[in-house]
Amino acid sequence: MSQFPLISVMTFLPLLGVVLLFFVPKQSHSAQRGLALLVSLVTFVVSLPLVTGFQSNAEFQFVEKVPWIAAGPFQMNYHVAIDGISIWLVILTTFMMPIAILSTWTAVETKVKEYMICLLLLEVGMLGAFISLDLFLFYIFWEVMLIPMYFIIGIWGGKNKIYAAVKFFIYTMVGSLLMLVALIVLYFKAGAGDFTVLRFYELSLDPVTQTWMFLAFALAFAIKVPMFPLHTWLPDAHTEAPTAGSVILAAVLLKMGTYGFVRFAMPLFPDATAQFTPLIAVLSVIGIVYAALVAMVQEDVKKLVAYSSVAHLGYVMLGVFALNIQGLSGGMLQMLNHGVSTGALFLIVGFIYERRHTRLITDFGGLAKQMPIFATIFMIVTLSSIGLPGTNGFVGEFLILIGAYESELRWYAVIGTSGVILAAVYMLWMFQRVMFGELTNPKNQTLTDLNAREIAIMLPLVVLIFVMGVYPTPFIDKMNPSLEKLIVHVKSKQTAKAQIPQIPAPQALPAAVLPVEHK
Amino acid sequence: METIAIPVINFAPIMPEIILSIFAMALLLVNVFVPSEHKAYLGYLSLVGIIITGFTLIGGWGNPVASFNDSVVQDNFALFFKGIFLLTVGMTILISDQYFKREECNLGELYPLLLFATVGMMLMASGTDLMTIFLGLEVLSVSLYVLAGLNRASLKSNEAGLKYFLLGAFSTGFLLYGMALTYGATGTTRVVKIAEYVAQNSAVAQNPLFVIGMLLMAVGFSFKIAAAPFHMWTPDVYEGAPTPMTAFMSAGPKAAGFAAFMRVAIIAFPSLKADWSDLLWILAVLTMTVGNLIALNQDNIKRMLAYSSIAHAGYALVGFTAGNAEGTAGILFYMLSYAFMNIGAFAIIILVGKKGEANNNVMDYAGFGTKHPVLALAMAVFLFSLAGMPPTAGFIGKFYLFSGAVKAGYVWLAIIGVLNSAASVYYYLRVMVYMYMKDPVEEFDWMKLTPAVAICIIIAVVGVLLPGVVPAFLLNLAQQAVLL
Repeated sequence: MSQFPLISVMTFLPLLGVVLLFFVPKQSHSAQRGLALLVSLVTFVVSLPLVTGFQSNAEFQFVEKVPWIAAGPFQMNYHVAIDGISIWLVILTTFMMPIAILSTWTAVETKVKEYMICLLLLEVGMLGAFISLDLFLFYIFWEVMLIPMYFIIGIWGGKNKIYAAVKFFIYTMVGSLLMLVALIVLYFKAGAGDFTVLRFYELSLDPVTQTWMFLAFALAFAIKVPMFPLHTWLPDAHTEAPTAGSVILAAVLLKMGTYGFVRFAMPLFPDATAQFTPLIAVLSVIGIVYAALVAMVQEDVKKLVAYSSVAHLGYVMLGVFALNIQGLSGGMLQMLNHGVSTGALFLIVGFIYERRHTRLITDFGGLAKQMPIFATIFMIVTLSSIGLPGTNGFVGEFLILIGAYESELRWYAVIGTSGVILAAVYMLWMFQRVMFGELTNPKNQTLTDLNAREIAIMLPLVVLIFVMGVYPTPFIDKMNPSLEKLIVHVKSKQTAKAQIPQIPAPQALPAAVLPVEHK
Repeated sequence: METIAIPVINFAPIMPEIILSIFAMALLLVNVFVPSEHKAYLGYLSLVGIIITGFTLIGGWGNPVASFNDSVVQDNFALFFKGIFLLTVGMTILISDQYFKREECNLGELYPLLLFATVGMMLMASGTDLMTIFLGLEVLSVSLYVLAGLNRASLKSNEAGLKYFLLGAFSTGFLLYGMALTYGATGTTRVVKIAEYVAQNSAVAQNPLFVIGMLLMAVGFSFKIAAAPFHMWTPDVYEGAPTPMTAFMSAGPKAAGFAAFMRVAIIAFPSLKADWSDLLWILAVLTMTVGNLIALNQDNIKRMLAYSSIAHAGYALVGFTAGNAEGTAGILFYMLSYAFMNIGAFAIIILVGKKGEANNNVMDYAGFGTKHPVLALAMAVFLFSLAGMPPTAGFIGKFYLFSGAVKAGYVWLAIIGVLNSAASVYYYLRVMVYMYMKDPVEEFDWMKLTPAVAICIIIAVVGVLLPGVVPAFLLNLAQQAVLL
């Protein structure tokens, strides 16, 4: 372990920020904001060498492994690393965090210090979950994330914040606790050793066990994604959360679920994955269509964006479970795209909410004349969310649909494609009602266009929308080797089972002659 | 004339008990000369006694010594529990003075009684004879009856004392009856001898005398650890008793009950493990579920924590049902963590409360987080630990308990356990909702943080967070202390 522990430094830098924040006087809000922004920016800068130093292969890189808990039968390590699956999610997290913090500059006026502490703690939890290879460590970060998010929604949220916060917490908690039991079962099935997921990958569990364990893991992840019909907490949480909370929730927290499927549920339980693929595809497609239809009739812009999230994540799930390289890399790319464009949409909703303290579509109309810069940015983000060619959304959705079409999920892909049209309908219709037409409402006539800070927030996102839309290769190149390895791993273990001769072995044969189960 | 041969008695195993008893008796005398506004000095004196006792424990680790004809033993198991008891009583004393000053009930008897109760608990943990265990239990119980009713001017406290006395006496009857029947069936009260007898005469398992004896003992112990359906006394007693005593009762005597219960079940009836595991399975599920469900709609925070403490006994019973090293080590670890988090929470309740046990409702915590951010943060830490969220000791403890259950094949029990734990989150969150998400109604200007209470809260926070992040040391101690 002679190398510089880059991952740990990055992960725990925000924690240092939390400690420093404790010493900032309660009244000096700008110092608190500045410090939090600085810390998150430094974290982002520290995370960049992960990209430049990342070799485009399937190996885990920047590995750090330190013994942590050794008690009784248990051995937990502080085992962290990144590979092609996690690298961009880590960068997405460190990238979105400064943006989220900057967006709160004038939006949050009360308990600024606590707010910043919550955001930074949340960053530690999210980064930790993405980098953990030790399942126990992963679980801890996974749970720890809940606490700051709960407070962010519950303290700084809207009218119905308490209901939303408690619902968010308990929903997620139920899922994760069942995962905890499955995790313990998994550990005892694997026998003595550590909690590293790499060891569990090698297990050959019988299909029945796999089914139960997959259900437990999948429930935890599906709630987080969220998949239909477990999505009901999301519109509440999004609507009530303050802007930065919504941005982080959409951009990063939801990715925890899909990431969990890719990193844990699928490779750990390959047979169960095959078994449940149809079910998950059905739920994903229902999610895509249903959420799009519901989004269409929303009166609240934020709720509309929240439902669009459900639909987008439906695509991700469809792509991931296609289990071919197009589908998976499309799914991974769509996670990033969704992070960027839906994050941006929530920021945009935040901008107008801050100005008008309403999010109802009917309260607006004709804003484009009053706020031309805002209108331009909003347009770009809307088109990216729809998946217009040239923007990031297109590449992801296209790959997903190709992948799904090439796989056994062909007909799901066909139905899912209708979601693309529906997305265009609800997004553009909303855009039209908010931005075009006559500026009838007198309250809207005094609206000011985006200020320099707000433009600075949106600029990197808009740039990314185009960069990822026009030249996604660097992103895909870095993740593809790991994804290919994952596909080979899952498929080989599925087929390995199928190849086991079903003929009962003759009793007379000595044990050594019998076919050995493939590892 | 025959000479009576006096056996050589090794006093080492009961040294902690002896020291504490001496301190307690001395304090009774000193109490007479201490004016009522300076009773805190008695508390400081007892703390000295507790610390000295604590030092005598350290040397015994790893060398079990039995004495008094094998009726007491000081092994790692007993030592671990004695550590928990000392910690519990020490923290209770730290939060007592402020409370009793506020309630204008400055009675010096408090401290000797607490020390006697601790002596009783210690005897329960090291007793290896049904009689010693019973003796310890009685010393503990009688002190507790008085402590629960200590606030003589308060009707509720009186009610708590009386209720506790009546139901406690009732349960003691069960326990004693069970012991008597077991003695009748096996001819001995030594737990080791009972085990030998059962191993040699497997027919005894069918002997109704023996079976009823075992069941009655289980009932008696279940009363003491407040397992459902023998929990009825808990809410009233916990709500009515002076708050520091509630803190003490929920942590110490419960742990002592587990210590004795475990010693009897695991040492005396190992060959009947399948039988008592089935029994404990039901007890565990009932206890967790009843405790959590009723806690969900409690407004009085003491009452809520009383029901929650029932639920926590249920979690510990999960580990007990498993009966393996992980499960039992989990109980030890959990009881220790529970002492930290629960007494910590009660320390905050004492600070927020007003004279006459007022201001004890969850609603009274509205805006507490705005007015006292640091104390509210401490309360949040305790509540998250009670809810079993990482990175706290409460999570590690639950992880260990449920791991034990999974390892022993009780996966469903673990699932019921975690679902209960998810339900419990609701009522712990409710307190936090009021603390952080509601606007302050009151100024909380009556609150006075004395150094003693502050020290107690700091100890509790460290005791919850440190083992939450680096639990290995305590887990290994617990692992070395299990009886298996």
